Amino acid sequence: MNQLARVAPFRERLWEAVVAGDEYAAVAAVQDALADGIGEEAVLLEVVAPVQETIGTDWAANRISVAREHAATAINERVVAALALRPRPDGVQRAARGRVTVGCVDGEWHSFPARLVAEVLRLRGWQVDYLGAQTPTPHLIAHLHHTDPQAVLLSSSLPTRLPAAHMAITACQAVGVPVLAGGRAFGANGRYARALGADGWAPDARGVGDVLAGGLPRPTPAAVRQAADDLPHLADQEYTLVIHSKGPLVKQTLTDLEDRFPAARSYTDVQRERTAEDVAHLVDFLACALYVDDAEVFTAFLAWTADILEARGVPARSLSAGLDLLARQLHDFPRALNILNEGVHALDARPSTPTADHETTA
Amino acid sequence: MVGRAPGVPLLVCAFRGSPASPRNAAAHVGAVWSEAPCPVLVVDRHGALVQLNRAARSLLPRACGGVRLADIAPSWLSDAHRHMAAGEPGVSPGPLTGSIDERHFEAYPSPSAEGGVVWWLVDGTDRHRAEEALHSAQERSSVLAEASSRLLATLNVPRCMEVTAAMAAEHLAEAAVLVAPPHGRRHTLTYAHRGGPVSQVTRKIDPRGVAGLSEALQGYPPVPARWINPDDIPDWLIPEGFTEPVGSVIIAPLPGHGVPAGALVLLRSSTRKCFSDGEEAFARLFAARAGAALSAARLYTEQAAITATLMRELLPPVLERVHGVEYAAGYRPAKDHERVGGDFYDFHPGADPTQETLVVLGDVAGKGLDAAVLTGKIRNTLHALLPLAADHQQVLSLLNGALLTSHHARFATLVLASVSRRGGWVQARLTSAGHMPPLIVRNSGEVEEAATRGTLVGALPEVSACTVETTLAPGETCLLYTDGITEARGGPLGDEFFGEDRLRRALAECVGMPAEAVVERVQMLAAQWLGGGRHDDMAVLAISAPKTGPLSVVGGEVRHAHNRRSR
Repeated sequence: MNQLARVAPFRERLWEAVVAGDEYAAVAAVQDALADGIGEEAVLLEVVAPVQETIGTDWAANRISVAREHAATAINERVVAALALRPRPDGVQRAARGRVTVGCVDGEWHSFPARLVAEVLRLRGWQVDYLGAQTPTPHLIAHLHHTDPQAVLLSSSLPTRLPAAHMAITACQAVGVPVLAGGRAFGANGRYARALGADGWAPDARGVGDVLAGGLPRPTPAAVRQAADDLPHLADQEYTLVIHSKGPLVKQTLTDLEDRFPAARSYTDVQRERTAEDVAHLVDFLACALYVDDAEVFTAFLAWTADILEARGVPARSLSAGLDLLARQLHDFPRALNILNEGVHALDARPSTPTADHETTA
Repeated sequence: MVGRAPGVPLLVCAFRGSPASPRNAAAHVGAVWSEAPCPVLVVDRHGALVQLNRAARSLLPRACGGVRLADIAPSWLSDAHRHMAAGEPGVSPGPLTGSIDERHFEAYPSPSAEGGVVWWLVDGTDRHRAEEALHSAQERSSVLAEASSRLLATLNVPRCMEVTAAMAAEHLAEAAVLVAPPHGRRHTLTYAHRGGPVSQVTRKIDPRGVAGLSEALQGYPPVPARWINPDDIPDWLIPEGFTEPVGSVIIAPLPGHGVPAGALVLLRSSTRKCFSDGEEAFARLFAARAGAALSAARLYTEQAAITATLMRELLPPVLERVHGVEYAAGYRPAKDHERVGGDFYDFHPGADPTQETLVVLGDVAGKGLDAAVLTGKIRNTLHALLPLAADHQQVLSLLNGALLTSHHARFATLVLASVSRRGGWVQARLTSAGHMPPLIVRNSGEVEEAATRGTLVGALPEVSACTVETTLAPGETCLLYTDGITEARGGPLGDEFFGEDRLRRALAECVGMPAEAVVERVQMLAAQWLGGGRHDDMAVLAISAPKTGPLSVVGGEVRHAHNRRSR
């Protein structure tokens, strides 16, 4: 029987338990998988991890509420904790391979992938210091001075945390500790990990284990640098100015939206705030795309947001209007205009959905 | 024989830097070159010396017409002549250089008749020495610069010692051993061998067994480098992999902040030459930098250990599920580089499931370490008052008295919650002392405010408060929080408070969520609301009645209580 067929029933059981918020059934599903002879690493990566991923995609598709998402994640965390606390019967020498630090970038709340990586590395014989979600960089550096690990594993899921990740990467390297970046934020094939000067990148927990096993050389004094040394385009200040004027940009865009769509004037406070949040996200991702000088950060966010909006019955067309209004305010920013333009093309290229084409914009 | 040899052209024209001679001066040239201060040799294409001037004769006393160049001049010159005469291109792009009798010359050839060559030798000894000195000074300063930046990068003592030993083995000697000051009678020894790995051990040694070492460790002036009888060197001082007999040794003290930071032992094998005075001086320079870095790292480590010890009592406790009730809490100090602040919470589980668990969350006026110290005092006082927890008002009165008589001029607001499980339900007695009343998330999606009010503590001679009792059905949560959450300023427009309404709306979405998920959700929303903005201390604490009964993971075993899903 192939591995996928072997783990599938346990995955199904865990998923149901997690969605029902039933911690007991969730832990039982995982324990049964272990009893069935599926290794601990496989249970973590082929049973627990896919379930966690489904939680995220189901939330995006509006199949579960945000509360369910949080509750399910909490249950999954407890499942991992239960696995981690199991006594080791094999008596393997633990932490024989050296010490590493695992943490999430400042402002990054999605700690589950980092948690899985930490557990997989422990299983593989590393001594792991897991610092958890959103580790402030000063704490991370103090920890490195204290423990002098062989590497730092920095996890980030949200692309908007890339500037913070960059600061953390350069800070770790400045104290002579190499950084291995992981997580969705660093892009397919780790392109942003490279752009930000990380010493390594891995696509998943097993990849992290392999890179570490191969050894990461310590950064030399030459690795000490400023953000603009990696990203010379930052010299044009577009990123800085867009981030600094985020509040006024959002305000003006909201005013202009109401002028363009009078229906927006009768929004409730909550609706108005949601719209403001959406525009604020557009600005955040635009700034992030400016930071790494890659429109794809922005276009990928637009495609994802459009899916989420449509799953909730909101036409994605409102996004195009937001882009247009932002472009009018950013007419002096050539890179920003280019990115917004790419965004418009990306939205145009989406297959149009028949729903609600006549709503809200009327 | 003085005069112009037949066929010898205007020799000077090949000499770089000389003015071109006028044509009519040709007749005098012979006399000119013979009196030239630099040695000049005329050699035919077979390598035999034809003519040479006075300067050349004094440089090469054995030279006279007819002898072979190869017999009287060093091979760098005779080889170059052979290539030249054979018409092969020169190998090096620059001028041909080499030494003759410890002097350094540049040789400039110019063709003469019938394939002969006239060699002009220019004495560049002084320039050469200056260049060599400059080169070695540059190399040393770049080693020092590298040492500084690598040593400054870390505040970790073992790492600092590794870098010092590795760099010393790389640039100063063949192997290096860093002997750290003793802890008791044990020393940490860091070994480095050029091209090999760095290793570290802590062991008992007797530094008096090595001449100069115990003096260096005590900070006495360094002893000069010297040849050492290999038999006098104890085995523990030889890095693994350094198999050759030890020739010379330098012991350089690492000067520290008033006390020595250790000693650096540099080793060279007997096949290499002894350390020169310049190398020894450089080793001391290097040791001074390493000592300063090592002392800074040691100071930082000591301070960090002191801080950690003092801080331990002030750090918020870890909450967990106790007696069938879920507790979770999160704390974020105002300054991200600090770990404590003016907000606090504490957790005193009941001795058994029938006893109440006391939970407290509060906020001391001010922030930072000063405020944190007072939170510690309040937590200690409340701990001592635990036996009186059945009467919240009495606890608050006694706490108020304790705060009024202390030297702190600060006041505090707090919430007390005494919690116990009754069947499937959770009962809580809640008392606010000038603090935001707890919010209760009902299964209906309604968010209630607990109707408890009271005066803050530590300001007035008398305090009063009213306690309310409430019951949580399975899935319901009671949230205690500080104003750092509601007064988080930011949002999409950048300048709005998060506010109680948004908190209530967020909580309404948290029905049925486990306590830690509620805490995480509230913390996350507040953090996202802030963006990168400044904020006050923020504390959140959730008390939840579990939906699936009192199940908990303890020591790797899942304990499953009998009354799961029962009431």
